[in-house]
Amino acid sequence: MNEKTDYRDVNENPCHMCMPMGGILPIKGIEGGMVVIHGSQGCSTYMRRYISEHFSEPIDVGSSSLNEKGTVYGGEKNLKQALDNIRKVYNPKLIGVLTTCLAETIGEDINRIADDYLKERNLNNDLVIIPVSTPGYGGTQAEGYFRTVREIVAGLAQPSPKHNKLNIIVPNISPADIREIKRILALMGVEYTLCPDFSDTLDRPYLEHYSKMAPGGTKLEDIRGMPGAVATIELGETVGDEYSPGRFLADNYGVPLYTLPIPIGVKNCDAFFNTIKKLTGKPLAESIKAERGRLLDAMVDSHKYNFAGRSTIFGEPELVYAVSQLCIENGVYPAVVATGGAGAKLTNLLRAVVAECPEPVAILTESDFCEILEQSRLHQVNIAIGHSEGRYLTEHGNIPLVRIGFPIHDRVGGQRLLAVGYTGTTLLLDRITNTLLENKYRTYRTDMYDLYYKENSGPPAAAEDEVIGDDGLYSL
Amino acid sequence: MSQTLAINERQDFITTKGRQKAHLKCDADSIAGCVSQRACVYCGARVVLNPITDAIHLVHGPIGCSAYTWDIRGSLTSGEELFRNSFSTDLKEQDVIFGGEKKLSAAIDKLAIKYNPKLIFIYSTCIVGVIGDDLEAVAKAAAKRYGIQVIPVQSSGFIGNKSAGYRAACDALFRLIEPADRTMVGKDKSINYLGDFNLAGEAWIIRDYFRQMGVTVNVVLTGDASSADLKKATRASLNIIQCAGSMHYLAGRMEETYGIPFMQVSFLGLHDTADSLRRVAAAIGDKEVLARTEALIDRELAVTAPVIEDYRRKLAGKKAAVYVGGGFKAISLIKQFRELGIEVVMIGTQTGRQEEYDTIHELASDGTVILDDANPSELEKFMTEQQADLLVGGVKERPLAYKLGKAFIDHNHDRKHPLSGYVGAINFAKEVYSTVCSPVWKYVRSGDEGCE
Repeated sequence: MNEKTDYRDVNENPCHMCMPMGGILPIKGIEGGMVVIHGSQGCSTYMRRYISEHFSEPIDVGSSSLNEKGTVYGGEKNLKQALDNIRKVYNPKLIGVLTTCLAETIGEDINRIADDYLKERNLNNDLVIIPVSTPGYGGTQAEGYFRTVREIVAGLAQPSPKHNKLNIIVPNISPADIREIKRILALMGVEYTLCPDFSDTLDRPYLEHYSKMAPGGTKLEDIRGMPGAVATIELGETVGDEYSPGRFLADNYGVPLYTLPIPIGVKNCDAFFNTIKKLTGKPLAESIKAERGRLLDAMVDSHKYNFAGRSTIFGEPELVYAVSQLCIENGVYPAVVATGGAGAKLTNLLRAVVAECPEPVAILTESDFCEILEQSRLHQVNIAIGHSEGRYLTEHGNIPLVRIGFPIHDRVGGQRLLAVGYTGTTLLLDRITNTLLENKYRTYRTDMYDLYYKENSGPPAAAEDEVIGDDGLYSL
Repeated sequence: MSQTLAINERQDFITTKGRQKAHLKCDADSIAGCVSQRACVYCGARVVLNPITDAIHLVHGPIGCSAYTWDIRGSLTSGEELFRNSFSTDLKEQDVIFGGEKKLSAAIDKLAIKYNPKLIFIYSTCIVGVIGDDLEAVAKAAAKRYGIQVIPVQSSGFIGNKSAGYRAACDALFRLIEPADRTMVGKDKSINYLGDFNLAGEAWIIRDYFRQMGVTVNVVLTGDASSADLKKATRASLNIIQCAGSMHYLAGRMEETYGIPFMQVSFLGLHDTADSLRRVAAAIGDKEVLARTEALIDRELAVTAPVIEDYRRKLAGKKAAVYVGGGFKAISLIKQFRELGIEVVMIGTQTGRQEEYDTIHELASDGTVILDDANPSELEKFMTEQQADLLVGGVKERPLAYKLGKAFIDHNHDRKHPLSGYVGAINFAKEVYSTVCSPVWKYVRSGDEGCE
């Protein structure tokens, strides 16, 4: 594919972000967790703005504010000062130190600096520092996310007596999704350690008194005990072994690892529940069976509308994989599936599932929105599914967008979007179906008029691009 | 202040009018770990140059810098839309090791052929500053290859704060506006309008006022400006600056090099708008312009003043906290809030200059907390202690205000309604009213009383 080489020289309108961005989210999902970005001031500010606008939550993140001097002579002094000041104001239990392009390029040894700091300040029993190497040029936010979760688990895990909990590792899903997984597990009477849990910390209820550190998050004690769990379920099919927290627990403590896709879609939800049943012996609750039945009912109700959909699915690999499967299950066949990162694992997984599609599917890796738009036009896509940067496809390609994932900046409620489990899947599917319907009803009177009303027309005109997909043939 | 701050070093950056020192520390590096609200050098440069409609903005660096600034400002255009794209060399590890010049050169090739632009800005980012890619050399070669202008912007993140980025942008602009023909310098009886980025059409509103006054606006820097417009910038005989933080330096260089004088204006609020229009008219010195200006102000006030008065009746006595990017905005907001009967009780900026803080200090009422480069914990502390009813700020500050149960005004770059001029003053009053007097606060402030 010669075309791909072009995109490697220049990225035109990014479909991915940088590693430290992804690293902030899981640290915010640890009880008493605070973040310091080791780099210049702007990195933390941009990321705070991005995260804050998505979740509508204050996002406090420290920076070592490296200046020219720090860049030339090393940033150790700055980083230690940052840790001091963060402790004074926030009194955290855990500080994640994330590197940036700058810190990595000047060769900062953050592991050593963190060790020295804890010794110098005599804090070994009171504070945990998790240094994570997240160079902005080293990968995408999705890789930064999982690498950080892995480092948190690796940094805290201790040999533990066996207990009956399950470890649940979640990717970058919404706080509402995390709450739904917790609801399901509680319904089934399953004990668990879910990590990272930003369901409360990044979606706080309004309270009379504001606290600088958001209540909630995975407890440090629970993470320490993860090696004693029955098994780990990691919702991370696309995650490389070197980034996988579950792989770490398996290799170092022998905790059996079950890697599953995000439970979106019937098949993926079934896999999730079957795995839990297999591991705990707990049967599916009756009320969840009913939720499954309602999803099937919704799928039947909407199947003809959905069959008119040709979708472009883009964003972080894990979500892209699950949403692609949902679309295939419902006949909203993907025509374009894209991610901004290298996505080697994603490509292999997708190849297996898109085999079901009646037409070839363009799988784009290291992609950008310019390419996604071109390919979507070429494949006559009529619905896009992904984060809010995809509004570019709507503005320039007239393709309606169903918003899911991170970030969602041009609508409220990104933190409340529910898509996992049978109920979440139903809600997401309804949004997809309704978007197709809305778009059809918006133009069908004029489309039909333009196509068939010939009384006043002159000589035949060439068909226009705009009516692509609406050829007047039978499609509901 | 009722209690000391957790971080001692921050004390110098904060003062209370009438109770403490008149001067505060500003324009300094942010202190590590203080959770500054400031962005970086690159950000400062990008926001100033981004509105130039027909330019390619190519970020030489890792993907994040480009991703976080894609179509970031609500700047509107009457011409090309090229500026609304974000291009990046998306540097990877091997580029950092072996250097990124080749990739940059290849990226320019692709873009020059595909888009056929007249102007390309190449932005330097943190790692580029460290690995030492020679942007000047790459730009020079590319400019020659395609017969277009390619201007490097020296905006490595670690060389300072957002203000350094403004200077880097001004340096780039200064190169762009260099006239081929020096004989035309200052020859037009027109003005340049600096420091308006045409957010929600603000520059168009102000341009129209000048049209009605009979004053020609040569070019706006940089809202809705094309590279051809900017190349004529030195023909104007007067520069007026609104956003001084970003443009003061360029105005100074233009005065020094081309002898074009400048004056400070502000179109925020009724008082400042009228005052600025009158001062520009006076500088032009034409009797008819002066007369038309008075007529314009009368016309606009006749419509606007009663509306403002109506809002004033609803809002008088409320207290405002202000935390914005630059000093000019802060100064104008004190006056604009007074027009609505609202006193400012806390005010700060990210990049205000000493003389701007002096003016703020002079204008503020006794007991007002003034602070530079504030952080969330200070904003929380002073908003609470000073019992502010509302906060003016940007995207990052909004959720904090809301969590504290405070109303909030979006004075950021992403807004979708103009706040400049007379129509802007009405919008501003309306926004204050819509947030201060919303029914939601009734439920929020009564806590859990509503449920058994």
